[in-house]
Amino acid sequence: MANINKIVKVNSLTEAYELNQKRSNVVLGGFMWLKMGNRSFQNAIDLSKLGLDQIEETGDAFSIGCMCTLRDLELHAGLNQAFKGGIREAVHHIIGVQFRNGATVGGSIYGRYGFSDVLTCFMALNTTVELYKAGIMPLTEFAELKYDNDILLRIHIKKDQRRLSYQSQRLSKTDFPLITVAVSKKDDCFYIAVGARPAKARLLVKPGCTLNKNSLEEDIIDFSNWAADQFNYGSNMRGSEDYRRHLAAVYIKRGIKELL
Amino acid sequence: MIIHLYLNDKELKQEIADDMLLLDFLRDNQCYSVKGGCETSNCGLCTVLVEDKPVLSCSTLAARVDGKHVVTLEGLQEEASELGAFLADQGADQCGFCSPGLVISILAMKKELDHPSDEEIKEYLAGNLCRCTGYMSQLRGIKQYFSECRFHSPSQSEGSTEK
Repeated sequence: MANINKIVKVNSLTEAYELNQKRSNVVLGGFMWLKMGNRSFQNAIDLSKLGLDQIEETGDAFSIGCMCTLRDLELHAGLNQAFKGGIREAVHHIIGVQFRNGATVGGSIYGRYGFSDVLTCFMALNTTVELYKAGIMPLTEFAELKYDNDILLRIHIKKDQRRLSYQSQRLSKTDFPLITVAVSKKDDCFYIAVGARPAKARLLVKPGCTLNKNSLEEDIIDFSNWAADQFNYGSNMRGSEDYRRHLAAVYIKRGIKELL
Repeated sequence: MIIHLYLNDKELKQEIADDMLLLDFLRDNQCYSVKGGCETSNCGLCTVLVEDKPVLSCSTLAARVDGKHVVTLEGLQEEASELGAFLADQGADQCGFCSPGLVISILAMKKELDHPSDEEIKEYLAGNLCRCTGYMSQLRGIKQYFSECRFHSPSQSEGSTEK
């Protein structure tokens, strides 16, 4: 288990940021993943007192504090209404209620884990992250950055009329996923995020799509196969590269059909 | 650090190591119903209520329950024995190792969900692993418990339909 010498419940972001400049210190999320490691930390920075555990909904966006839990996402009426339950679908397979009451959205996104359902799901939406120093940047850009000493404060999701379909597969219920696929559509543009390849999610943006309700099944399959081929896959104990590529194509197809 | 909390409604002030897990803290305070089963945040055995929400005490830092209400099975004896009888009636209590975590989760579910379907029950309890029963006997016991409880305590069912 990870060792922590001191937990500091910070009173301000400045204090948190200053502490986080030392490599031996760490920002605490839900402590679900961090606990699993064997690292020793001098100071663990606890952001609990900073009011970052709220989901705020405005006319055109959602702002999700980094300390919100996965369960908060799952139960938020506004999010579920805006994305037709897609976000709930992305998180409700993650272990159990008691786990999701602990795991934080900030931890999931900051960690940029390969297995992350949350990262895959948010990537297919119009999502930006808000960092203390670097400010606001697209999630796709943040996902490619190396870990640094900045602090993730909020995740913003625009309500831009995108519709979302989320699918994932697990070898057994509550396990890590072996593939995660989020597809969204706005006008004639498809946004397709595939994660757990087992590498972390990446996004494919395909504007100018002519697929529609009356499209032939084979055209949808051709497009899905093409889209799945735009990602690279790998093998591990949960599945082979070929199996993952095959599954990705199937789930992309199902996502697209749901959105047409 | 010193934490100040309410454990099963009893006020408690204690000096702890900063990285002490809630699981260890609770066992040190004679709550032996709370057990660690997997060390991978997966099995649900260590489930306790923090501010009425079920959480994994194996993955919660004791420092984070400072100022909060923590409830374990030891604080829910009456509810637990009522529910336990329904589970036992269906033969759902075999080795019994997973029972405390399961009972806490069922009681939490009862507060959150009104008339849950089989699927909703299964989903809510997916984080509670049992290696004996195959879950069918538990599901039967839970369904009976939910229907009988509603029958016996109308005030509670009225309360839960209000939302």
